[in-house]
Amino acid sequence: MSGAGDHVDRITEALKTAMASLESAGDVESLRRVANEHTGKGSVLVGLKSALGSISDVEVRKATGRAINDAMQSLDALVAERLSHLERAAASVAAAGEAMDLTEHLSRRSRGHAHIVTQAWERLEDVFVGMGFKVAEGPEVETDFHNFTALNMPPNHPARSGFDTLFVKYGDAGSTLLRTHTSPVQIRVMQEWDLPIYAVMPGRVFRRDTPDATHMPVFHQIEGLVIDKGITFAHLAGTIEAFTKAFFGSDFTSRLRPNYFPFTEPSAEFDVRSSNGKWIELGGCGMVHPNVLRAGGVDPEVYTGFAFGFGIDRMAKERHDVADLRDMYANDLRFVRQF
Amino acid sequence: MRIVRSWLAEYCDLKRLSDEKLGDLMTSLGMQVESMEVVGTPVAGVVVAKVLRTERHPDAAKVHRVWVDAGDATERHVWCGAFNMKAGDLVPLATLGTTMPDGREILRRGILGIDSEGMLCSAAELGLSSDAAGIMILPTGAKLGRNVFDALGVKRDVVYDLDITRNRPDATGHLGVARDVAAKLGAKFTPPKGDAAKKGGVRRVPVKVVDEKACTRFNVTVMSGIVVRPSPDHLARRVLAAGMRPINNVVDASNLVMLECNQPNHAYDAAKVATGFRIRKAKAGETLTTLDGVGRTLDPNDLLICDGDDRAIGIAGVMGGADTEISDTTTEIALETAWFEPSGVRLTSQRLALRTEASARFERGVDPLGVDYSVARFAAILRESCPNLVVHGGATDARTKHLPKSPVVTVRVAQVNRVLGTDLGAKDVSALLGKIGFVCTPKKIAAKKGSAVQSGAGFSVKVPSWRPDCTDEVDLVEEVARHVGYDTLGKHVSQSTQPGGLSPLQQRRRALRDVVLSFGASEAMPNPFLAPGDHERAGVALELAALELENPLVVEESLLRTSLRPGMLKAIAFNVSHRAKDIALYELGHVYRAKATSGAVMHGDASATHNLPDESEQLCIMAVGVDASVAVGWWSQITAVFGVGAQLDQSRVPAGYHPTRSATLARGKQMVGYVGEIDRMVLASYGIEERVACLEVDASVLLGESPKVPVAKPVSRFPSSDFDVAFTVPAKVSAAALQRAIKQAAGSLAEEVSLFDVFRKAPSDAARSLAFRVRLRAPDRTLTDTEVASARTACISAAEKLGCTLRG
Repeated sequence: MSGAGDHVDRITEALKTAMASLESAGDVESLRRVANEHTGKGSVLVGLKSALGSISDVEVRKATGRAINDAMQSLDALVAERLSHLERAAASVAAAGEAMDLTEHLSRRSRGHAHIVTQAWERLEDVFVGMGFKVAEGPEVETDFHNFTALNMPPNHPARSGFDTLFVKYGDAGSTLLRTHTSPVQIRVMQEWDLPIYAVMPGRVFRRDTPDATHMPVFHQIEGLVIDKGITFAHLAGTIEAFTKAFFGSDFTSRLRPNYFPFTEPSAEFDVRSSNGKWIELGGCGMVHPNVLRAGGVDPEVYTGFAFGFGIDRMAKERHDVADLRDMYANDLRFVRQF
Repeated sequence: MRIVRSWLAEYCDLKRLSDEKLGDLMTSLGMQVESMEVVGTPVAGVVVAKVLRTERHPDAAKVHRVWVDAGDATERHVWCGAFNMKAGDLVPLATLGTTMPDGREILRRGILGIDSEGMLCSAAELGLSSDAAGIMILPTGAKLGRNVFDALGVKRDVVYDLDITRNRPDATGHLGVARDVAAKLGAKFTPPKGDAAKKGGVRRVPVKVVDEKACTRFNVTVMSGIVVRPSPDHLARRVLAAGMRPINNVVDASNLVMLECNQPNHAYDAAKVATGFRIRKAKAGETLTTLDGVGRTLDPNDLLICDGDDRAIGIAGVMGGADTEISDTTTEIALETAWFEPSGVRLTSQRLALRTEASARFERGVDPLGVDYSVARFAAILRESCPNLVVHGGATDARTKHLPKSPVVTVRVAQVNRVLGTDLGAKDVSALLGKIGFVCTPKKIAAKKGSAVQSGAGFSVKVPSWRPDCTDEVDLVEEVARHVGYDTLGKHVSQSTQPGGLSPLQQRRRALRDVVLSFGASEAMPNPFLAPGDHERAGVALELAALELENPLVVEESLLRTSLRPGMLKAIAFNVSHRAKDIALYELGHVYRAKATSGAVMHGDASATHNLPDESEQLCIMAVGVDASVAVGWWSQITAVFGVGAQLDQSRVPAGYHPTRSATLARGKQMVGYVGEIDRMVLASYGIEERVACLEVDASVLLGESPKVPVAKPVSRFPSSDFDVAFTVPAKVSAAALQRAIKQAAGSLAEEVSLFDVFRKAPSDAARSLAFRVRLRAPDRTLTDTEVASARTACISAAEKLGCTLRG
């Protein structure tokens, strides 16, 4: 009968041999083969393990068993470590073989560019949507009723002349026109929607202007309308201020100063400025004139409201520092693709 | 309106407000300062000098030599082109090195080899008046060598250019501005005194107002003892500062009254209007030469001032005639001060394209009760230069029953607070209004039925005659707001009681843009106005003529587009001519079409949109250098996003499209758009040689439908079985038709049938090979080989029925 020392020596010897051959395996395949030779069926260690039953001394048997397990575990760990090392090495060899110059990028049709007016339009809509407004739309070819009469501009009002307004040959002479502002949508919203109303109305408008750097005969406005019980001038000022901060940034502030529009009273012009900038005139606003509320079918003794409006094109022009409005409408891809 | 600070200061204590603060104050009252200009700034180096002697030079015809003494015991020599001075006169001398107001520097620039030691100046050159006729002769007694501005007592002044809104006619006069400023500052408003003493005997000029509506008041006052001469310097400077040209004391007095009281007026030579006045509408074709020397042809809507013999002598409220103008020898004048109906003046002035200081004021409405004061002010101003002025009694003051009366307006204090969000008391309201001339009489006002405004304190307010714009309660609410100050009314965000958001249509529009941008198309915004012939050139078929503009700016922009195609082709052609790469554009915009059936807008039509022309939103995408299949690809992606399909009907070739590479998009009977390539002939007319793929869709249809919400179907856990089939397909069978047939034949097991290869032996071959991949799957089992084989057989026989042959 051999003693425990004899077994341990054989285990140590087997472990040493196995480790040496694992270390020297140069690729994944030979590593797997070597691992199987030393830890699989027929290996010295497995042989020793199956012979454990023949050791009669319990203590010796236990010690020998532990030694075999330890050796097996060391070998498994070494195999895992070597395997991972060899796989990494193989992958990096493979990668080296498929090297690619990522700047060899063929230029092809990329995503298109939205018009800067559309971009400004959508940004404005988003700000007002965030403030609880819905977005309303109306026709571009309008009746003189919606564009003028209902907005407290009676038939002899100076703004109604053919100098500023483009009339369409349709129906009664002078009855149909290209809307000169988005305000007729106010009337349509009042006629069609339920109260209260919190709405903005972006849209295309038309004036009989010869194009120049700051005027186009076709341009875009956004208009806001709030009608509810208990709406005051302070709500108008507060809404303009909230919009100013949301759209231009929190360092911007707004002010209202008296002005005149037929469709609002009291009327105001609103200016904005950054904390250290100059006042920039932005648009018109005011409390909806009682005659306009009546024209829209709203009782001014029960409801009050405010409205405001300004140009979208100018927002785009200022944001991108466009010198000449006409550039925005030339449809030149060299211009369009800058934004 | 140009407002002169020193002038304003005569009627209101400006409390040492800085120039900027005064500007801000006026802006805060609604009289926006557009610009601020400092005038009368002394020019350093221009001194008082005495003319010693003058001498002609034999070789210089246009200039002479002047020797002056500037008080420094040196005799200086200057060349001078004006000859209006004589020895002993005091004149302004710009010494060497002086920078003149126009920026030029005075140099020792000689003539004929003789130096000039400075320059003698005209009043215009010093910015003191517009008089450039000769060298300015200074008043005697001025100290030699003293700065000319100091010697004249010219002080720095500020002129504000105010943008006066239509509702503030009173603010086109210094008095109106001063009244507003004084009220805001809490200062006393002190209008100047008139000089109405009627010292002379009665001199009555007959006046007949024929058109009593157009002219409601016409006052003629005769004044004598007049010597026509230049105005005193301070008055001339004031006229100049206000932006007008000093003419003579009479004309200047007339203008000063207008600039002060906002009352235009006209001084006639009394001798030339002895027959009196008739105020009537013009006869068609009647002519008159106005003061500016222009012959004008009149219209029966124009109101005329005529003499007693019915000869036209002026266009009422716009401009006088040349014949009755005062002259240097006039000693008696007849002063006309009147009220003309605003819209009549506006129409005449617009029609004649003759907008004057007078017409601008009459068309906003002058004070119908301001006549007497204006006449008195005219006399007071003219008396400064005509100490012997006599204002004759018996002035004619014709008034008609149409003379506007100041309304009495009821104001509820609670309504003021309801609109402004204020907590003003009755006293606050009456105090604010009282300061600007509104006379408030307290009264209790009962609530209107159903009104949110409760009974309570209020006023009967008598509106001052200079505020014709104030006719309703809300006008007075605005006056209160202006004087309380817009900046004190607070800023509260109104809380929307409903969720905000884009409508489903607006959300889909954004999604549509997003898809189109992903095709590489950039957004164009072509002009929606077209020239006659533009539709035809783009190959657009017009069922009805395009709508025309009544008053286009130019004929090239006289039609409303019925299609986006003409504008888009123009934009494409522009970029082609600039050799842009990968040209792809889209537009999402409106087109307008006359209605085929009845229904047109009538005057005062308050109805919805159904009477208006048909207006719809369209989408047009175009790309250069790609073929029709790309356009079809766009359409299939759009339909995938929107769940709105359409049949490609290649048998209906859209007008203006490629005859064999285009299709109409149809949903049953409804036509939703066109897809394919633009016709080569059309492209040629735009100078485009490459292919242009195009998709036009009625976006109203696309966006108007809400896509069905998909209901979840369980995903099969069983594997699919795929097979490929390829056929030789004759030209008459479309790929879509074959695909439909295969799918139908494969039956309910068919999960997907996709065309994955198209092959032609030669590009010109009509027949081609089409290869489809069919994927079969059952929800509840793995398919057997037999099932797959029988599906394949069914697909093949369906294809063969269409005339296709299976390829090996």
